[in-house]
Amino acid sequence: MRITSKPWKIFIYLCLILLAVISIFPFYWLAVTSTLTSADVMRFPPVLTPGSMFAENVKSLVTTIRFGTSMLNTVFVAGTVTVSVAFFSSLAGFLFAKFKFPGKKILFGIVLLTMMIPTQMSMVPLFIIMNKLQWASTFKALIVPGMVNAFGIFWIRQYAEGAIHDDLLNAARIDGCGTFRLYTRIAFPMLLPAVSFLALFTFMNTWNDYLWPLIIISKPEKYTIQVALSQLNGAYYGINYGMIMAGTLLATLPLIIVFLIFSRHFMENISAGAIKD
Amino acid sequence: MMPWQLRSLNWKRNKGTITLNGDKNMTSKTKQISGTPGGSGSFKKHSLLSEIAKNKTVYLLISPFFIIFVVFILFPVCYSLFVSFTKWDGIGEMEFVGLKQYAFLFKDKEFLKAFGNTIIIWLMSTIPMLAISFIVAFLLNSGAIKYPHIFKTVFFLPNVTSIVAIAIIFSTIFGNHYGILNFIISMFGGEPVAWLKEPRLLQFSIATLVMWRWMGYNAVIYLAGLQRIPQDLYEAAAIDGANMRTMFRKITMPLMNPIIIFTVITTTIGGLQIFAEAQMLVEGTSSRGGGGGAGGGGLTMVFYLYRLAFINNQYSYACAVSWALFVIIACLSLLSWILMRRKN
Repeated sequence: MRITSKPWKIFIYLCLILLAVISIFPFYWLAVTSTLTSADVMRFPPVLTPGSMFAENVKSLVTTIRFGTSMLNTVFVAGTVTVSVAFFSSLAGFLFAKFKFPGKKILFGIVLLTMMIPTQMSMVPLFIIMNKLQWASTFKALIVPGMVNAFGIFWIRQYAEGAIHDDLLNAARIDGCGTFRLYTRIAFPMLLPAVSFLALFTFMNTWNDYLWPLIIISKPEKYTIQVALSQLNGAYYGINYGMIMAGTLLATLPLIIVFLIFSRHFMENISAGAIKD
Repeated sequence: MMPWQLRSLNWKRNKGTITLNGDKNMTSKTKQISGTPGGSGSFKKHSLLSEIAKNKTVYLLISPFFIIFVVFILFPVCYSLFVSFTKWDGIGEMEFVGLKQYAFLFKDKEFLKAFGNTIIIWLMSTIPMLAISFIVAFLLNSGAIKYPHIFKTVFFLPNVTSIVAIAIIFSTIFGNHYGILNFIISMFGGEPVAWLKEPRLLQFSIATLVMWRWMGYNAVIYLAGLQRIPQDLYEAAAIDGANMRTMFRKITMPLMNPIIIFTVITTTIGGLQIFAEAQMLVEGTSSRGGGGGAGGGGLTMVFYLYRLAFINNQYSYACAVSWALFVIIACLSLLSWILMRRKN
């Protein structure tokens, strides 16, 4: 349906711009408050223009909590999980798409079924198990359970079915290419568009993950950035807003930048996943 | 991680596709042999075993997922079922109590309250959000907008932001005394509202957070669906004299139905597992330790589960609650699926 009448067009623009302002304003507010003193954050009417306290706020942030350590922890955990998911999920997804082996249907059925299980189901026993293994407050507890996931396998399988031609695989096989080399030499380069989305998606999710790190990590030097932020907010709410906001801004900015760079690719894949039939 | 879990719904429609590859020739040959009349059972077994042996590299390469699945999902979930039949605080002896934990569930006022809160927050967020998302997608697709990609990006931005960050930002926007929202209200001559102190208003605030974070995400999905509807369908209908409303009802809605069902189910699954939004908004403003905020209005089911297990160490009851949560999520997803299908 095409809308062409002028007054309608103006009305539509106004509606969307209003919604865009609502979507953007909290980010603007975050950026502004990170440059204010705590008193200015709570001023009434609110201060809506940037102040000059950003450096000061960051300074008190890094002296109050181990902000840098938490950021590095998060980069390390999210990076490791991402590389691992990209590798194991794309490998398994490729094999499920292009190979035939006994039990394939059942095994893939299990992969799909695991996507139905809410994470809360395994949360309590996993906490007990991790404590028994003495993995609590270690990065292992954050990385190992997330090293490969069902969504990744499903996602890559879906893509590989259409993207990789069997003739190519057969030709390589005749030339003596083994299963793993078929993956590294032929499949992986062809799967890159799907793998890159999977990697981006996994990185963002792991970066933003909150509940599991909150449960399993109790040592401040092992906090991920989300846990560090929530602890900071809990301890300094109403006391030092400027500092909290500066921390929140610094923790949010990396993902926003990554998203803005890849926005087209990212949103295309998000919707492709939902409307594929 | 909510929206991805229901992918299998789409997959089921895809099941018919058959893959061709080099191994297939061999597989079908072996199948022919083992399938010939008179082929004994042991022979079949032998060929299956040799098939498995032949593919051992493949099994080896897909095994990481299954190892992780068994160790970190299957075993914990079974263990959780076992623990839910006992009485245990995590340190002392386990005592088998049968279904007592589950029986207690129905009498537990806190749990029932958490259930009610979750449903209210879910309804308050899901219905308006999906409606707005759909309208936004429709407007972006109307051809009236010059650079839809810019709008899409702006609307999507909240979705890549962590809930912790969002809750921190919103707790100052909803602030009781100095919040921006109250400032806007007072600009129009209204009285300041205690957004985070009143149970219903706290729930409204949590729902707003959810809507703000997921509106753009769902709009992007709807937009992709709308863009796939061929323009000539509308043109043909226009020639037949159909007005915009009829076109919307007879063309747009039926073709969008599968996608709407998808979003309803994913938001249902995600909405019922809501935790961080509630916990963060409550933590900052009331006494710590997972109280549930103003009048317990922010106590959702997962929040309650978190409190039971990790603050009160009531492991066995927490396990029972997590199974109840699973059943509730499964039932409500199924219910919304059935309702959405019946409508058309």
